[in-house]
Amino acid sequence: MWSFSRASISWTNPGFRAFVYQAISLVLVVTLFWFFISTAHENLQRLHIATGFGFLENTAGFGIIQTLVPYSEESSYGQAFLVGLLNTLVVAGVGIFFATVLGFIIGIARLSSNWLIAKLAMVYIEVLRNIPLLLQLFFWYFAILRPLPKPIDSITPLPGVYLNNRGIVLPQPVMDGSAGAFFLVLFLALCFAYGLHRWALKRRLATGHTFPALPVGAAVVVILPLLVWLIGGAPLHLEFAEHGRFDLTGGMRLLPEFIALTLGLALYTAAFIAEIVRAGILSVSKGQTEAAYALGLKPGQTLRFVVIPQSMRLIIPPLTSQLLNLTKNSSLAVAIGYPDLVAVFSGTVLNQTGQAIEVISITMAVYLVLSLITSFLMNIYNARAALRER
Amino acid sequence: MEWMRKNLFSSWGNSLLTIVALYLVYIIIVPFLDWAVFSAVFTGDSRAACLGPDKGACWPFVYANWDQFVYGRYPEAERWRVNIVFFLGAAGLIPLLMPSVPAKLYNVIFLLVAYPVLAVILLVGGRPGLPMVDTSYWGGLLVTLVVAVTGIVVSLPLGVLLALGRRSEMPVIRMFSVIFIEVWRGVPLITVLFMASVMLPMFLPEGVTLDNLLRCLIGVALFSSAYMAEVVRGGLQSMPKGQEEAARALGLSYPQTMIFIILPQALRHVIPGIVNTFIGLFKDTTLVLIVGIFDLLGQVRTQLSDPNWSAPQTAVTGYVFAAALFWIFCFGMSRYSTFMEHRLNAGHQR
Repeated sequence: MWSFSRASISWTNPGFRAFVYQAISLVLVVTLFWFFISTAHENLQRLHIATGFGFLENTAGFGIIQTLVPYSEESSYGQAFLVGLLNTLVVAGVGIFFATVLGFIIGIARLSSNWLIAKLAMVYIEVLRNIPLLLQLFFWYFAILRPLPKPIDSITPLPGVYLNNRGIVLPQPVMDGSAGAFFLVLFLALCFAYGLHRWALKRRLATGHTFPALPVGAAVVVILPLLVWLIGGAPLHLEFAEHGRFDLTGGMRLLPEFIALTLGLALYTAAFIAEIVRAGILSVSKGQTEAAYALGLKPGQTLRFVVIPQSMRLIIPPLTSQLLNLTKNSSLAVAIGYPDLVAVFSGTVLNQTGQAIEVISITMAVYLVLSLITSFLMNIYNARAALRER
Repeated sequence: MEWMRKNLFSSWGNSLLTIVALYLVYIIIVPFLDWAVFSAVFTGDSRAACLGPDKGACWPFVYANWDQFVYGRYPEAERWRVNIVFFLGAAGLIPLLMPSVPAKLYNVIFLLVAYPVLAVILLVGGRPGLPMVDTSYWGGLLVTLVVAVTGIVVSLPLGVLLALGRRSEMPVIRMFSVIFIEVWRGVPLITVLFMASVMLPMFLPEGVTLDNLLRCLIGVALFSSAYMAEVVRGGLQSMPKGQEEAARALGLSYPQTMIFIILPQALRHVIPGIVNTFIGLFKDTTLVLIVGIFDLLGQVRTQLSDPNWSAPQTAVTGYVFAAALFWIFCFGMSRYSTFMEHRLNAGHQR
């Protein structure tokens, strides 16, 4: 492709033309980059702004309201970055869980034969997805959560759950010494249930005999750990928050920023997921369902064994991109003061160090890596799930 | 009656669901109506009217600040210019959206070329008879529409070029297009805006300064053209290869093939996708408030901090009002996209 004989150096030769076009665009892009880099270099020297990534080891000197790893004002900028990254991942993880569950429920409700349920789901979708997410976050945070009463007059929707303007306080699970055995048994039971499911599936595919793997597995997962828990003398109990003089003490506290962000992200993304689920289920042709009924499958079985496996192939790729969107949208945290990666790093750290180029590049790189990993995994999935036509 | 039995109470489970749903509707609708109408305050000129334990929405807040919501701090004597721009935009857009009105090509040229130039001249000013209005005075719905329209006008041609680049047979051009598209699509818009407002000035030579709004417009335009490129690529991929081969066989050059044969068909295929990108872009314009530009939402927040209106219910009222306005725009666009989808499908059904 790149080789052309002397005789073909002429404008009528498409290979030569392509070579010239590409050479020109390459030169243009390189020049543009060179121009930007050299002016940036000059500007930085003129303004006496430090360069390089050495700042990551300097002392941060600011506090963060939610930290999952040990962090104090003496920690470095690098550790502040880690805290911000973990906060982003936590809010994205929790948001993804709730958005997926809610999205599937609403998507299925949208197809319900019950007119009222279907209309309710439609109204939910049309309202939520046509209002900017940032506006929804402001609404939850500034209009709903901040005006809640002071801790001393907390609202108590359930015993042990307190709702106030400093967030929500839940009972904290506390473990004693023998709790390890409980978790070990729980883990083993889960492994057993999974193995049972695999074995039952294999047997069903091979012989057609069904085995109630789900109820048996569920029973094992519930009963065995419960037994160990009772024998061990209830090593795991809930510690309830108590009213102190001004505030509640004890318990597990979730910040209002965290709640507003999770709530906003989950409700907003669920509307999009619901539409994806609906389109996926509708894409399975009616003939499939009718054929399944004709074979004597019950409606539940038809849904489980015929419709859902086929619709998943269409649901999963756009679903992943929605979940990735949710992760990227979690950067709106900066607007309501939740200390996520953008708020901590591109906000506070950038203001303190002034090293805009490095800070913004690192932040963008994190999101870019997340989305590249996701699209890599998606490509593998698509290759595996692609319809094999015979 | 028959309809109710069939659609609401066909079985025990369904009846139960209906009752639960009715209860849900009841606990949502009744308090909302109470808040928005029955307990709402409709008259007054300050927070005093809206204070009180059992007061609902504070609507005077909305009409007292209406001008700010639409124009921001644009000088009052010059607001007629904004009105003309709004009017011209509507005059150009409405016939374009109606499939039966002819001369679509001239209409598009007016909207994509003449209108932006006119709008910039009118809004920025700096000519005899039109005093200069610095963009820091712009705000409200004006800024929301400026950001959205710029994003749309720039992203469509740029997105088409990028999509063609991504499907090009020249490896260097393809690589540049893929990198550009994937980088912009992989990062959140907020980091792009931070980049535009904090990092971009560092890359400009000394003495060259770009207006904050202009920098954000560049960021939004590049960001949305990457998304547009992927939509257009979908359209290009849906074209049968025979179309291009036939055009080339007739002796059309590559640009001719694309402009006269491929793109008109491909773009028509993806009108719903393009409109969806516009909706996303329109909603994303709210993010500019994080870098200090007062769009509609930013303006609502500014007016909320006015001590004259600080009452418990004004915040909720302000956000509900802004949400309603955004909803009308976005829902309108999505309805239009569904309408076009049906129209396009109708042409394919025999």
